[in-house]
Formats: sequence, structure tokens, C-alpha cells
Amino acid sequence: MPTPLLELSDLQKYFPVKTGSLLRRKVGWVKAVDGVDLAIFPGETLGLIGESGCGKTTTSKLILLQETPTAGTIRFNGEDVVSLRGQDLMRYRREVQVVFQDPYSSLSPRMRIGDIIAEPLEIHTDLSREALADRVSEVLELVGLQPDLARLFPHEFSGGQRQRIAIARALATNTRLIVLDEAVSALDVSIRAQIMNQLEELQQTLGVSYLFIGHDLATVAHISDRIAVMYLGQIVELADSLELCAKPLHPYTQALFTAALPAHPDERHEKLAITGEVPSALNPPSGCRFHPRCPHAMPRCSVDAPVRKEVASQHTVACHLY
Amino acid sequence: MAELLRVSGLQTHYTSFGGSRVIKAVDGISFALREGETIGLVGESGCGKTTTCLSIVGLLPSAAHIVGGSIEFDGEELTKKRPREMRHIRGGRIAMILQDPMASLNPLFSIYLQVAEPAFYHQRVRGRSLRQRVRDLLQAVRIPSPEVRMREYPHQMSGGMRQRVVGAIAMAGGPRLIIADEPTTNLDVTIQAQYLEVLKDIQRESGVALIFVTHNLGIVAKVCDRMAVMYAGKIVEQGSVRDLFRSARHPYTQALLGSMPKLGSKEPLFAIPGQPPNLARLPSGCAFHPRCAYAMPRCVEEEPADRLVDVEWKARCWLTDQEPAKDAYADATA
Repeated sequence: MPTPLLELSDLQKYFPVKTGSLLRRKVGWVKAVDGVDLAIFPGETLGLIGESGCGKTTTSKLILLQETPTAGTIRFNGEDVVSLRGQDLMRYRREVQVVFQDPYSSLSPRMRIGDIIAEPLEIHTDLSREALADRVSEVLELVGLQPDLARLFPHEFSGGQRQRIAIARALATNTRLIVLDEAVSALDVSIRAQIMNQLEELQQTLGVSYLFIGHDLATVAHISDRIAVMYLGQIVELADSLELCAKPLHPYTQALFTAALPAHPDERHEKLAITGEVPSALNPPSGCRFHPRCPHAMPRCSVDAPVRKEVASQHTVACHLY
Repeated sequence: MAELLRVSGLQTHYTSFGGSRVIKAVDGISFALREGETIGLVGESGCGKTTTCLSIVGLLPSAAHIVGGSIEFDGEELTKKRPREMRHIRGGRIAMILQDPMASLNPLFSIYLQVAEPAFYHQRVRGRSLRQRVRDLLQAVRIPSPEVRMREYPHQMSGGMRQRVVGAIAMAGGPRLIIADEPTTNLDVTIQAQYLEVLKDIQRESGVALIFVTHNLGIVAKVCDRMAVMYAGKIVEQGSVRDLFRSARHPYTQALLGSMPKLGSKEPLFAIPGQPPNLARLPSGCAFHPRCAYAMPRCVEEEPADRLVDVEWKARCWLTDQEPAKDAYADATA
């Protein structure tokens, strides 16, 4: 087993909930991320899947150091990143980049494409003007765009091209890990396939790792090597992508697979066993957080929170059934 | 079953700059829908799906006009109707479900008032039976404790609940046809699955016909009987969902199906090269030819007409004259 590139252990992020406007009193905590353990290996794509409000985006913000964790550690190459300062912090920020969902709001409309891609390079490197321009052309070619497009503005591009530009910007600084936060969700089907193929190709040539966050099971399963399933701030199951598709163990993962849309009209699907909606993270259920919606809930589930344990090789699940 | 809706040769154009610039958003589409049937209208953004729907319900923006063709609904011609007459049909016999439930519900009125309104105006239900009607409708879309929920306001409900309320409103006027324009795009996967099941149940009980506008082929596979694939304002292929998923004839349909990730498979996706065309500057001949893997010289010059592949299965491609070379796409992806 190689050493992980990024390792999250027992990561927690609680947001305080306050009342009133003057004498603000804390009345509780939203446990957005509550004890997440994850590892991303070099050159690997880790899929993170879950419904809205389950803490996917908070996890990505913690990795990008946009939020400080309440507890737990984030290690990058074995080094704790939360305490990084100065030059070391800059190096981490250079090596970990992000691509957001909406390419219409993630690119500044007042900057030329070349400047957008060069900006991280200006901050993180001391390349000369010519070297910057060369690097910009290089990454534009990597993502399948013509280098002479660098003088255009974002509004001159379609959604798919803009997402390529966002990927080019993320790649510019010799990045080791890219967080793809719903990066293909807003794209049309045919363009989505283009971008996904491009991402896979880039990974093969550059050896970059991805954290692919999404809510569409088929998309995440297609691109990921391993998949982590998240529910209300916790990872409930983690397994190799093909293994998870063949044998989902956690009742929530099973429900996600039942809810997934068929690839063919002849595909028969059993009826969805779970009902209701994701409870509020402000007041999560006791014990196993999935028990109020779980078709297999036992008395023990409402008292005792299950711990994630290995049930097959590289397949961990947090459920009392196993 | 009897035919409910027949759209023939419909052309809806947007004009700007005093008519000097014309965008042919919908350019001669024809399809028919029987009672109790579900048709999926599929295509990428900007292909004219939504304009088609707005033409049917008569809610086109002022820049858009129906310039040709007919929409025959239940024996009546809709394109000739005055706005006043359309108001009696819309919300009554034809209902619409839009993408964003928060935008289609009024935040100032209770759920009861909003669900009751179509029944009040279109079916003249009053008093206690109106209250009973609303309760039944909310029950039908599986809203728990409808008696309590109908006194609440939209902000008190979650996204999935709100979209069900919109479904109840659509059913309230006793429609024969519901047009659902990407109704589940904003919903989570498990909520989406629940909602689609609710819609199917409603359809089974009431026999209403559905037009499902979506770009998600999975939804089509799950809920639709027939599908029509749109590209650049035209229906390039239509037929039964099963036939099209099994052996689509139009290269665009094949490519769309090939670009859909399948669970448990890591095969590379087929990505259609290029971008969907700009409707203001359409390519000559067949609009798909610049992106088509099979394009021939003829495709650049001449536009193919609808060709019958089978009963109720039409494709707009020169290739349909020949047997389809199915493996060519597998080669293209390799």
C-alpha cells in the first residue's frame, strides 16, 4: 500500500447556531462533518457521494483550508496542514486546487482567459512573463483548447469550454490533488462525457489525484477508483467503485442504488425502501444517523452508533448488520 | 387509446431587431400523444424543448411567435385560440410542472389556497367538498398529514415536498395532459426516485397523459413510453423508448446514449465532439453533420426528411435508408 497523498482522520467541523441579534447566545451546533476518515492515494480518484446537506462541500472546504476543522487532522504527504504557515502553506495551496460546479460564476468576467490561468502562477511562482505565457499555452493544450484563445474573455466560451478553462487553471501550478466539487453536474450530457474523458486522460498523463464530489451515482462510479458514501456528516461506506456497484452493503448505499435511474428501460428496479428525507444536521438522530429511514433498523441502532469496520478487503461499512 | 394531442409541423420563432433576426427555436416538429401515455422530450440545453412546451400551453414570451403548424388538443386547435380561451384550458385540461418548485409556488399563500385554486376555477368545486378535494390531492402525492400541511406555507416545506405540492396543483384542475419541464433537476436522488414514483402512481390512477421534458436519459428509461430526441429545433428521432434504447437509428440518439455513464461499468464514455450549435447560425444541411461520425458529403448540402423506420418510429437521417452500422460507434470510442 503506498502512502496516502491526503489523509483525513477523525475530521470534525461544527458550526455554532446562535439566536437573536444582540446578545447572541449559542443554542447548538450543526455537525456538518462529524468524524470523517478518508485517504486519497497518488494518482487515484476518490468519489464522495451523498445527498445535499450531508457535508460533502464542507469536507472539501476543510481540505482546501477555507474552513478550520473543529477537531481532527488533515495530513498531506504525512504533514499536518492545519498548522502550516507561510511558505509551507503556500506550497500546500499550490499543490491542492479546486474546480467548482458552475463555470459561469467561477471565472471572473473581467479577466482574459490567459490572466485567469496565469494568476495562480504569478502568486506561487516567480516565472518570467514569457515563461508564464508558455505555461498558459501548455495547460490550455492539455485540456484540449487552442493556446491562442488565451486573449479571449470567459463570456466568449460555452459552459463546457469554461469548465475546461477552470480545469486548466487548477492544473497550472503542477497540482497534485484537484477537488472536483460537482464539477460536471451543470453540464449537458454530451459535454459532461467530454469533460469526464478529459479528466481521466489528464490523470493518466499527469498522475494527479482527484476528489470527485457528486450526487449522481452513475457519474461518480464511472470516474472513481474508490467511493465514499456520506450521510449526515459521516462516511457510512467506503469501497472500490466496482465492488460497491456489485455489492453495496450499507442500507443507505443500497437505497442510493435503488434510486439511481436505469440505464435501459428493461432494467427492473425494486421499489425504493427508504422514505422521508435527510434529517437536519442541527439535530441528528441518536445512534446510527440513518436509523429513522432505515428498513433494517433494530432497537440497537437508535442507541449505539456503529463504527466503520472492514468487512471485506478494502471495503468498510458503518452498520450493525455486519 | 384515443389520440389526445397532435403537434404537426410546429414552428416557433423568436424575432428580434424588428424581425431582422430570426431564431428558429422550434422548426417544424411533429409528434402525437395518446391518452395516458408518457412521452419524453430529450435534448441538450437550447434545443427547443422548453419552447415546444410553452407553445403548447400558450405561454410564449412576447418575442416568440408560432409561425406555422398546428397543435391539436382533444379535437381543438390551440394555435388559433385567443388568450382568454387558453386561460380556460391552461390549469384545467392542460397543466404544467416547472423545474423550480420555489419559483412556481407563491410564498404568500397557504398550500391549501394554492392547491384549491385550479379546482375552484376550473371545476367549480366549492365549500366543504373543496377542502376534501385538496386533502385527497395532497394524499395522492403522498404528503404526510395533509390536514396539517395544507395550512402551512411553501417555506415550511422541503424541496421534495414543494415539488409534490406543485404536482397536486397540476392535478387539481382535472387535467388530461401534464407537461413536466425538468421537474426533478433540483431534487436529490432518493427524493427524485420517490417523486417519479408518485407521478407514475397519479398517472395510473387518473389516466393523464404526460410530456416529460428532460436531458436525463435515465428518467426517460424509467418513466416514459415513447421518446422524441430534439436537436437544434427539430425532432431528429422519435419512437418507443425500448426501440430507441435498443437500436437507435439517428447518430445523435446513439451518441447521447453512449455518453451516459452506466453503473458498474468503466468503459470510456462516448463524447460527442464539438458543441451544440448556435441556433442563430445553424450549419447547412443536417444541423448535426459537423459533430456526426458518419457525416457524408450529402449531409452538408441536403437536409434529410423524416423517414419511417418502423410503425411510429421516425428518424431524420440519410443513413436510415441503409442498415445501421452499429459497431462503428464502438470503434469510434476505442
